[in-house]
Amino acid sequence: MTHRVWRLGADVDTDQLAPGAYMKLGIEDIARHCLERLRPEFAGSVTPGDVLVAGPNFGIGSSREQAAAALVTLGVRAVIAPSFSGLYFRNAFNVGLLLLTCPQAESLQEGDRITLDLDVPQVTGPDGRALPCEPIPDFLLDMVRAGGLMMQLKKRLADGSLTRHPMRRS
Amino acid sequence: MPAQTLAQKLLAHASGRASVEVNEIVNCRVDLAMFHDSSGPRRLKPMLEDLGTGIWDPSKVVLVMDHYVPEADDDSRRIVRIAREWAREQDLPHVYDSVGICHVVLPERGHLRPGMLCVGGDSHSPTGGAFGAYMFGVGSTEMLGVVASGEIWVRVPETLDMRWHGQLSAGVSAKDMVLHMIGRFGMNGARYQAVEFSGDAVQALSMQERMTLSNMAAEMGAQAGLVAPDQTTLRYLQTVGVSEASIDIDHWHTDSDAPVERYEFDAANLAPQVALPHSPANAHDVAQSAGTKLQVAYIGACTGAKLDDLRAAASVLHGRRVAPGLQLMVAPASQRDQEQATREGIMKTLTEAGASVLPNSCGACSGYGGSIPEGANVIATTARNFKGRMGAATAQVYLASPYTVAASALAGQIIDPREVLA
Repeated sequence: MTHRVWRLGADVDTDQLAPGAYMKLGIEDIARHCLERLRPEFAGSVTPGDVLVAGPNFGIGSSREQAAAALVTLGVRAVIAPSFSGLYFRNAFNVGLLLLTCPQAESLQEGDRITLDLDVPQVTGPDGRALPCEPIPDFLLDMVRAGGLMMQLKKRLADGSLTRHPMRRS
Repeated sequence: MPAQTLAQKLLAHASGRASVEVNEIVNCRVDLAMFHDSSGPRRLKPMLEDLGTGIWDPSKVVLVMDHYVPEADDDSRRIVRIAREWAREQDLPHVYDSVGICHVVLPERGHLRPGMLCVGGDSHSPTGGAFGAYMFGVGSTEMLGVVASGEIWVRVPETLDMRWHGQLSAGVSAKDMVLHMIGRFGMNGARYQAVEFSGDAVQALSMQERMTLSNMAAEMGAQAGLVAPDQTTLRYLQTVGVSEASIDIDHWHTDSDAPVERYEFDAANLAPQVALPHSPANAHDVAQSAGTKLQVAYIGACTGAKLDDLRAAASVLHGRRVAPGLQLMVAPASQRDQEQATREGIMKTLTEAGASVLPNSCGACSGYGGSIPEGANVIATTARNFKGRMGAATAQVYLASPYTVAASALAGQIIDPREVLA
């Protein structure tokens, strides 16, 4: 399966991904405004399976995980960049968004069709050249495959490896 | 035992180990989980209900209503109501409603001590590192994991030791130090490692000034921004009612032979810094942006409106008036800080200079409010000047210290505060 590339620059911050003015709203509404200042057509024309390819420092700024969840809502398969904000990196895997740290990401172009191989991991561009990505710890890969931390917590509560606590106290 | 950094000691303690190695992933028990009305109950409540579980230990949870207060519209009222109802339903013992910004309220109410492992549902959570606690920000789903399990994973970071020597000149502050470092290393320059601020210039800082350094470790891309605790830490904690028996300032420091990446800075030669639009990393000596005309000056946020920040601004504004046509807004970071500032005559100084005083909340800094007009040139004591961050897409936001913001408010343009203080 190939994925269409949306190409962004460096330092894409969380206010671009989930603008503060819409933070009162639900994730479906926030997603409609995702990246609207950088790419006004993005939210309306991104299709499930597309990937974002960006420059360094993707996701800098706020802890708001809606900045990652908005991309999941829009069906974005992965974000590929030379580096990510550490906080965004955690949030993304927690909400089921795959991030690939790829030093040569910026050689990919808008509209390229690429393939992802998570077992290596690597990205293969339209010219057939494989771009290596940094390894992802197994527990994070498992988490993103499960659809995020929520799914894993459900599983742990079900199998008893996580203890249930009272839901109401008063 | 191998030599350990402060970060390693904190993470070893939290994971029940004698020592930990850089890059290993450890599972830590959480001593304190802090969240606010925006990141907390409105997200956690439905997820906990979906999971069918509750809070692992409510005594370790602190809830602060600071983002959507005072409630300006129906959505804000709904979000804050969810937080208040959930706090009652969960019988949370530590709830601070509309009394200030979480990162300032947390220490002033005695919740932080050296040696703790804390998480916050907000990106400026590294602020807690000023007290020798390992504190970092997480998103709501990760906070759900903490609230359900009391645990969180951490990859043991390297330590970037930012060592400051010498004495800051009058009118130069911690905000200038941290803007300078962000300008040098960039928005992600700390690569999610731990930054430790050290040296005699850091030891000379008050707790609130140290908090400003740790707060903006976030803008450097650090996971944590640490300051080793000392007598200044001890005195602050005693003042806010933390029992002395629970405070250990001797163990929580980096061993002298622990491997760190060290950078040296000269405090005495540091000029006031201004970060130009639209990144905190665009920080330069004030001379570079001097003369830029301004319409708004904003003294607010956990970064820049604590008591020490208000004192700094007042020292510049005392007996003077802001430039005609310039709007000066002050949103003190906490009610307690504002009350103390009132006792010291500082609030009177600020209002007599022409400032309008806003509520003790995140306000315009988070962009949730929208009090910054479109097209305005703004100078602010806040932490971030991303395009549109403060709500107005066409505003040009400059970041600076309270001294520089106050002096520039007087001049109607960016100036070096040392010209006013001289």
